[in-house]
Amino acid sequence: MEQVGVNYLLEFTYLIASVLFILGLKGLSHPESARRGMFMAEAGMAAAVIGTLFHKGIITYEWIAAGLIIGSIIGALMAIWVPMTAMPQRTALSHAFGAIAAALVGIAEYTLHGGNTMPGFTRGALGFEVMLGSLTATGSLIAAGKLQGVVRGTPVQFKGQQFLNLILFGSMVGCFVYTILNPTATPFFYAMVALGFLFGVMLVIPIGSADMPVVMSLLNSYAGLAAASTGFVLGNNVLIIAGTLDGFSGLILSILMCKAMNRSITNVLFGGFGAAHHAAGPGATGEMREISLDDAAVRLAYASKVVFVPGYGLATAQAQHAVRDLASALEDRGVTVKYGIHPVAGRMPGHMNVLLAEANVPYGDLYEMEQINPEFPTTDVAVVVGANDVVNPDARDNPDSPIAGMPILEVDKAKSVIVLKRGQGRGFSGLENPLFFKPVTSMLYGDAKSSLAQLAQEVKNV
Amino acid sequence: MQAINPAVLIASLYVFVLAAFLGYQVISRVPPLLHTPLMSATNAISGISLIGSLVIAGMNKVDFHALAAGGSAAKPSIATLLGFVAVVTATINVVGGFGITDRMLKMFQQRKTVKGGTK
Repeated sequence: MEQVGVNYLLEFTYLIASVLFILGLKGLSHPESARRGMFMAEAGMAAAVIGTLFHKGIITYEWIAAGLIIGSIIGALMAIWVPMTAMPQRTALSHAFGAIAAALVGIAEYTLHGGNTMPGFTRGALGFEVMLGSLTATGSLIAAGKLQGVVRGTPVQFKGQQFLNLILFGSMVGCFVYTILNPTATPFFYAMVALGFLFGVMLVIPIGSADMPVVMSLLNSYAGLAAASTGFVLGNNVLIIAGTLDGFSGLILSILMCKAMNRSITNVLFGGFGAAHHAAGPGATGEMREISLDDAAVRLAYASKVVFVPGYGLATAQAQHAVRDLASALEDRGVTVKYGIHPVAGRMPGHMNVLLAEANVPYGDLYEMEQINPEFPTTDVAVVVGANDVVNPDARDNPDSPIAGMPILEVDKAKSVIVLKRGQGRGFSGLENPLFFKPVTSMLYGDAKSSLAQLAQEVKNV
Repeated sequence: MQAINPAVLIASLYVFVLAAFLGYQVISRVPPLLHTPLMSATNAISGISLIGSLVIAGMNKVDFHALAAGGSAAKPSIATLLGFVAVVTATINVVGGFGITDRMLKMFQQRKTVKGGTK
């Protein structure tokens, strides 16, 4: 901090790191170049960290060494052991860690310099960083808890909740503004931190599991913006660049997820979807037709084109390998197999793609919604595995439906549909799904994993 | 703490705005196929806040012998402790984030060897 001259070598290292980060993300535009891109980003990170270790302000290495070692061990263990099905929880946790780091750096800076030696702008950036960091930290922890099943996944709602949240938010922002205006208002700074932690919890508990893809993306964005404001506080450009990239990536994903649900971000955050609509309408009526394993296997085996539509149920049943086995059995018989992936299937953006890739499904067989929808009329059998809302024709046909206008995978246009479902209950959103009552639809009840495994066996024997 | 000079502030804003535009361009090209790796990759990259925590965790001389002897004057400052925790969490993100991103991307590449001539 004391040095006056700029450390040109360090600044140059940071510049290189920034370029490598951008090239790394650019590599992600294609699966074949993605890994190479990430190696570049890793090299950039290594250069920046090693360069920083020679920073003149660092005079002792004990705490740094301890922190790096502990962090590396935990990080490596997580990287190796976390199963792909738990990717949403892991990602939520990492948003929390990133946010905690940003918040703590901000608080540390505040204790070191106090408010009064900082120019107003720096105080503002610091307050923003700490406020965003603290609310993202607890919000992400709650989200991770919900995804892991530690915290109840259903929306927690009570009377006056929105009013209470508004007051919390108002007081938090009030403290934030006051600490910018008044350099010595230390108690208000800490009050802001506490309110931030509390608001993060309150923000996420009313949100249902089905809306998690949006929440994950938003928290991603907040964590990134908190890191970017750290860059403003420390006057460090690589921090600004990396944080901004993270923040905007999260923002773009949030917008994409919201579009894929035909909802606005405010609606997701304050709508409490999933609890409000339990009583919605009489819903679809009629009879669900059950199909036996044998019949389903025969129908699949003699089809010429089969499309699998996975949903979150695929992840909970850990059925990705079973789907792949069935698909291979079908492909061996000359059946064309494709996979239709809805943008919000699962609990985070891209969740289904990762699971299927884990099961060695070639990514060329994974189709986005816009690509696969025109193909359903020529599809002999559409197999829905643990998906519900993303194939609900009410979204298209019923303007009164709570999910009206949400783009769906139009499996009901296929020649026949087989829905794998654990029981007759409703999905996570609590909506009745008319697809299940359509004449083209047959229901195959039971655990998706064992059903699929048996189907694969039967298909081989046909 | 050096007083922030307005030129530096303006430069920082330029960096922020340009990074935002560039980020938008680069990230909107990422296919939905890779959205989960994208999220964990950007997370790992924003773990660069590690460099901020490193400086804070390392700026105070800690006398461990005096600390062991119970000397109160040698206690690490709050900032050092906060910096230490920040180093831990940021390192988890960097190491864990890059590690898991690579694990995922490896799965997206395997296809060629698995399917070979069938396609």
